Amino acid sequence: MNTSQSSDMLTPQAERILKIQKIQDFVFHKSTLFFALSVLVALIGIIISLVVNAWPALSAFGLGFFFTVEWDIINGQFGGLIAVFGTVVTALIALIIAVPLSFGIAVFLTETCPAPLRRPLGTAVELLAAVPSIIYGMFGLFIFAPLFAEYVQPALAGSLGQIPILEYLFAGAFNGIGILCAGLILAMMVLPFIASVMRDVFEIVPPVLKESAYGIGCTTWEVVNKIVLPYTKTGVIGGIMLGLGRALGETMAVTFVIGNAHKLSTSLFSPGNSIASTLANEFGEAEPGLHYSSLFALGLALFAITFIVLAIAKIMLARMEAAQGKKT
Amino acid sequence: MKALLTKSLVAGAITLSTVTTAFAANITGAGATFPYPVYAKWAEAYKAKTKTGLNYQSIGSSGGIKQIKAKTVDFGATDNPVKFEELEKDGLVQFPAIIGGVVPVINVEGIKPGQLKVTGDVLAQIFMGTIAKWNDAKIAALNPGVKLPDTNITVVHRADGSGTTAIFTDYLAKVNADWKKNVGAGAAVKWPAASSIGGKGNEGVAANVNRVKNSIGYVEYAYTKKNNMPYLNLINQAGQTVQPDDTTFAAAAAGTDWAKIPGMGTFITNAPGANSWPITGASFILMYKEPGNKANAAEVLKFFDFAFKEGKKMAADLDYVPMPDSTTEFIRKNVWTKINTK
Repeated sequence: MNTSQSSDMLTPQAERILKIQKIQDFVFHKSTLFFALSVLVALIGIIISLVVNAWPALSAFGLGFFFTVEWDIINGQFGGLIAVFGTVVTALIALIIAVPLSFGIAVFLTETCPAPLRRPLGTAVELLAAVPSIIYGMFGLFIFAPLFAEYVQPALAGSLGQIPILEYLFAGAFNGIGILCAGLILAMMVLPFIASVMRDVFEIVPPVLKESAYGIGCTTWEVVNKIVLPYTKTGVIGGIMLGLGRALGETMAVTFVIGNAHKLSTSLFSPGNSIASTLANEFGEAEPGLHYSSLFALGLALFAITFIVLAIAKIMLARMEAAQGKKT
Repeated sequence: MKALLTKSLVAGAITLSTVTTAFAANITGAGATFPYPVYAKWAEAYKAKTKTGLNYQSIGSSGGIKQIKAKTVDFGATDNPVKFEELEKDGLVQFPAIIGGVVPVINVEGIKPGQLKVTGDVLAQIFMGTIAKWNDAKIAALNPGVKLPDTNITVVHRADGSGTTAIFTDYLAKVNADWKKNVGAGAAVKWPAASSIGGKGNEGVAANVNRVKNSIGYVEYAYTKKNNMPYLNLINQAGQTVQPDDTTFAAAAAGTDWAKIPGMGTFITNAPGANSWPITGASFILMYKEPGNKANAAEVLKFFDFAFKEGKKMAADLDYVPMPDSTTEFIRKNVWTKINTK
């Protein structure tokens, strides 16, 4: 109603401009749509090529492939359980360590950090995210692992390793490298991701809410626990999922420190293998056939796992943004 | 603007022509990483002499076999010899170009290089995990007077497929029936020891052995020397204790009668002879009998002829063992004659 009235009042010149702008908008819309769709095409292409190449292995071993321990190249027996297990466990260890630390960093930076320190510290966290993964791998193998074997592993075995049930997790030789070491290096790598997302979402909490809480005498912890966290719940979980996505797919650093042994063990000290490290090690020399195809099947599994994690993260972030829009 | 365009066109044409001439005079090869340093050295010397360059890509033995089968290179190189039947099927010939040794390396506190000696059987049991401690009675019995620690052994192996692994496991399978039955031999095997770690490449294994205490691994001899790693002496088939060096590798190679092996494809493992290092191997060259590019194939043969004649000192300087003259003569007369370069 209102628009028709205003367009009636437009001069012919203004109408022409409007028309041109409409065409521009149309072209702009369609071309960006094309760019967006090309990503989708690439994605579908990757999925199809993974499935096609993985098919010989999947049809030979069935879905049991993902639940079989065997990985015997000479006898042509392949199963993905060791690699899937290694991938998931190292990523979980990384999260168990990185999430509380990131939370602490984010709370400090947004709530209690003195203003002059805020920027340098925040930048330092972001810079940590920019360190290439090969550097983390070299640091892990040459510096971290020997110290870990010398001091941390004996201490863990002597303390937690003495408790029934937990003793299985901390048994075995003190090699330094292994599942736990890979998890710790991954924790270091995902920490800046999670911390910076958490800081960003903590910052969008409306100051009036926090100030009201402080006004009625809440402590900083109460404000964080009762106001900030409920308000940013989904964003925080989204950030964690992004970190998890990186931890699952990390290749180079993990290959350096996980031990690259096709073995399943209850001990976190023992060497294992992740999907990414198996692919990095074996693709170059894999002969066409079941071995080659099994590696593709592992790639498909990794793709599926990361896809699910990232999809959940995106959904949560989208919800958070929608909720944010309603509240302000 | 126009002048600039003409200039750049001329410059482009010049670059193009130089590139094409460079291509015409270059031979290409791809494959095994282990002989890469010596091939590079030979190529440098050959280029200085003949102006013909060699473009060798060290992409791994399996990669070398793939590339020659795809006919993207003039020759392929592999540490893991191709079987005679397969050579015949694909119309390929194979000949050894250089010899090297695989050495067990250890990291045990208080043990100096060459201080410990083991038999092949004991070595296999260590890598199987049936001998799990350094002070095991079987190791102690072979090394009276050496103080061995009561610590668990960690096995370090290659995580990637490798010709080095193929030579090493071939030896273990020859000297230990259990290994042959349960593990087998190949470029990548299922490592049975409970405490085992994989490293990528010779350098990955060397790095892990250096860092993990009480570990044992296996690397090419050059890496032992480069990293100054404690190695094990081995008791060979003749019952003699030998240490890894070019003389023991050469002794092992001397006992190999290449003429009797179809396709020349063999590992020089568990070789007879009092002075033979038991884990020795050659690196092989693969070529087509009917090469696509005959001029380049002829050039490849000239290159290896030069390497066999004048490259011995260069090979020895890099801790490789050059092929014995009798063998190179055999290769010239019986293998190269099968390649049609005309």
